[in-house]
Amino acid sequence: MASLSIRDVVKDYRAGLRVNRVIHGVSAEVADGEFIVIVGPSGCGKSTLLRMVAGLEEITGGQIAIGQRVVNDIEPAERDIAMVFQNYALYPHMSVFDNMAYGLKIARVPRDEIAVRVRRAASILEIEAFLDRKPGQLSGGQRQRVAMGRAIVREPQVFLFDEPLSNLDARLRAQTRIEIRKLHAELGVTSLFVTHDQVEAMTLAQRVIVMNAGLIEQIGTPEEIYRAPESTFVAGFIGAPPMNLMTVRGDGSSLSRAGCEWSLSGSVPRAGDLIMGVRPEHARLDDRGWPMQVELVELLGAERLIHGRLADAPFIVRTDARLAAPSAGQIVGLDIAPESLHWFDPTSQKRIPA
Amino acid sequence: MVERRPVMTLVAHLVLIIGVLLVSFPLYVTLVASTQTSEQIVQQAPMSLLPGSNLIDTYRAALFGGQTASGSRISPVAPMLKVSFICAMVIALGKISISMLSAFAFVYFRFPGRTLCFWMVFITLMLPVEVRIGPTYQVVAGLGLLNTYAGLTVPLIASATATFLFRQFFLTVPDELTEASRIDGAGPIRFFIDVLLPLSATSIAALFVIQFIYGWNQYLWPLLFTTDESKYPIVMGIRRMLGGGDAGNEWNVVMATAILAMLPPALVVLLMQKWFVKGLVDAEK
Amino acid sequence: MAIEKRVRFGNRWLPWLLVAPQMVVVTIFFFWPAGSALYQSVLLEDAFGGSSQFVGLDNFNRLFSDGSYLASFRTTAVFSLLVASCGICIALLLAVMANRVIRGATLYTTLLVWPYAVAPAIAGVLWLFMFAPSVGIVSHALRSLGIEWNHLLNGNQAMALIIMAAVWKQISYNFLFFLAGLQSIPKSLIEAAAIDGARPWHRFWTIVFPLLSPTTFFLLVINIVYAFFDTFAIVDAATQGGPGKDTAILVYKAYYDGFKAMDLGGSAAQSVILMAIVIALTVVQFRYVERRVQY
Repeated sequence: MASLSIRDVVKDYRAGLRVNRVIHGVSAEVADGEFIVIVGPSGCGKSTLLRMVAGLEEITGGQIAIGQRVVNDIEPAERDIAMVFQNYALYPHMSVFDNMAYGLKIARVPRDEIAVRVRRAASILEIEAFLDRKPGQLSGGQRQRVAMGRAIVREPQVFLFDEPLSNLDARLRAQTRIEIRKLHAELGVTSLFVTHDQVEAMTLAQRVIVMNAGLIEQIGTPEEIYRAPESTFVAGFIGAPPMNLMTVRGDGSSLSRAGCEWSLSGSVPRAGDLIMGVRPEHARLDDRGWPMQVELVELLGAERLIHGRLADAPFIVRTDARLAAPSAGQIVGLDIAPESLHWFDPTSQKRIPA
Repeated sequence: MVERRPVMTLVAHLVLIIGVLLVSFPLYVTLVASTQTSEQIVQQAPMSLLPGSNLIDTYRAALFGGQTASGSRISPVAPMLKVSFICAMVIALGKISISMLSAFAFVYFRFPGRTLCFWMVFITLMLPVEVRIGPTYQVVAGLGLLNTYAGLTVPLIASATATFLFRQFFLTVPDELTEASRIDGAGPIRFFIDVLLPLSATSIAALFVIQFIYGWNQYLWPLLFTTDESKYPIVMGIRRMLGGGDAGNEWNVVMATAILAMLPPALVVLLMQKWFVKGLVDAEK
Repeated sequence: MAIEKRVRFGNRWLPWLLVAPQMVVVTIFFFWPAGSALYQSVLLEDAFGGSSQFVGLDNFNRLFSDGSYLASFRTTAVFSLLVASCGICIALLLAVMANRVIRGATLYTTLLVWPYAVAPAIAGVLWLFMFAPSVGIVSHALRSLGIEWNHLLNGNQAMALIIMAAVWKQISYNFLFFLAGLQSIPKSLIEAAAIDGARPWHRFWTIVFPLLSPTTFFLLVINIVYAFFDTFAIVDAATQGGPGKDTAILVYKAYYDGFKAMDLGGSAAQSVILMAIVIALTVVQFRYVERRVQY
């Protein structure tokens, strides 16, 4: 087990004469034994970053160190890492046992030790029954467990996960998520997990790295990035339904937008144009509050989502399903506690400290 | 066929049966001819379409040599079968091995001159050996390989069909498999032996069928190249038997030889039909 | 499917080692002879290797003004077009029928595919035997119908003989490809057409046949190349280019001139012309096939 250090890492792709920069200098420090999730939309560079840590992509600039060792020029096999792929990447012609034993065989580990290690990993993942089968005879979830088994067996310093749950159906995904958490609790290996699904990020991570367009937007615990997103991107990406964001003009205790004016029980952090953010669960229905025109109501079972427009901006409110539901076309009032309001600068898109 | 029309199905079967009969007719005639004696064929022309009783004698004469009724010598075909077999195996296995290696290099490596080599290999697809026979003969003669197995087989390994088939196949092997093996510590050779080779089993089987038949059926090249009778493959040797004009040929022996020449490739096709069909159709995609 | 792989191994010398065997064989047994043919085609050589002089395009000019060479061109054109069209039509018919029957399709396929294994030389011998003027079964049958068959004397009959032998052999190859092509047409397209009111015959010509056109084109080129080259053995076994030069297709003439008539320069020039034709055909095929998108 070891720490992982990413310092000012840059990645360029060459296409003929043009150079395309996809990662613009990112840095992060992962502590020994920590489970870190890199989350972001498609194309943000998270998989590229993971593959650079793995050694499957060249590092154009900056440094990556595993333990205290800089690994920029070291082959994947020598980095003491293991990787779980999105498409499992199991050798189709080998049995499950051989799949898991392959890396050890190449490393000249003695046969009895291989057997011990494979069986131990198999029992942790509950796949002992499949050791003699070929991957083609297993279901998706079982194959994913074999892929994890292959990684565990090598007893590496770092685990790398490249969107391993994306190919599973929803129920299996939830199940496997829990298994991965239990695995980490038991083995405690430093892990780097890449996903585009913010639910996976929130539930699995000890800390989250939010990436967008080749840059790191924020690093923090799930709670930190939920409670205090550093930018409108993080605010809109984490949380479902996403945070409501709208531009307003503020002055002291009053806000105005599209001809409407509201008063705050606090005051705005600074005068002028601002982006205001409110999480759907932080708005309460109250007749004396800000007027919102209801467009559509969705019942999710335990809660209701009320879609509407607040001063011409789309707005979603989350309420308890036991309360009476407004109807479409109705005007309802919203009461929002001033401490649940988030403020962002319209130009930089970054959080304005209170 | 969306509509259910029993008449059309009947017609289809009829057409197919006629097709099969037409295709098989020459084979039947050959088989029957090989069971008769040469007098029966020549003198009772047209020969009867029913099998004769001379099967064993005819085939023995064909395989091991003998004498015709008029006293001329029949050269034994058994050694020619051996030559054909060796040639076919060498060509098939030789082509498969060097093609797999170079396809592996083209797909999985980036090296200077790669594009040049690739195009050089690609060009060989365009010119069958018949077009360059004369000069090839001179080259082989110049290398002192006349009348050897090497000279008989190696020039025919030069074309690139197998390389392209393997290249096509390798491109469909998922990248992640290669990456996983790289992380597992496998170098390129290990990856080739442990992963790529087993996965290519069907392609290899298909190619083997095609190349075996190609090698077995070679005619022009052996015709020009060998003067030593002990190096005649059977497909070419049969030609030499036809020298005597219509009535002068020992037709029954010739037909028996034809059957013997057709047997091994036909067996290979029939036994490996599944892979063969797949290989042919995939090869041209 | 990717044209290039994302993953690469980084070794420097290993790829050279892997490619070496093929490059060696290709260079010695392909490029050297091909270059040699090009070189020889512009020389006038003494047949016994005595002297040789550079004559530029003389050999080529001589060929093109040689009546028998031009005749050979015509013979080859007629031959290849007939072989290609007959082979394709018959195979298409059989494939359509085979695609329709549910029971026995594999059996029919097996029975129709085996001639692929027969060497062209053997095919020539077989058909020669069946049509031999004195002992052949078919020639006797024809005679009883009033048709005098003697391909040793009649040029057209000789041509018919080699065409039949060539087509017989090629049917299996074409059949396989047509069958595969037919099976790759999504059934839903046919069903949609049926619902739209198209009868089977109409459906075939407006839907199936156009969708089959990449296969048809591909087979056309392959059949023509086959007719140009692989049929050498058939000609040599059955008619030896005769009677006279009536069945001397281009490749046969090149062989004859080079090895029997000892006209090395002329033969080399003929080889070069053949090379050009094949290259043109292959380029056409690649261009056309590559441009066609898979449905």
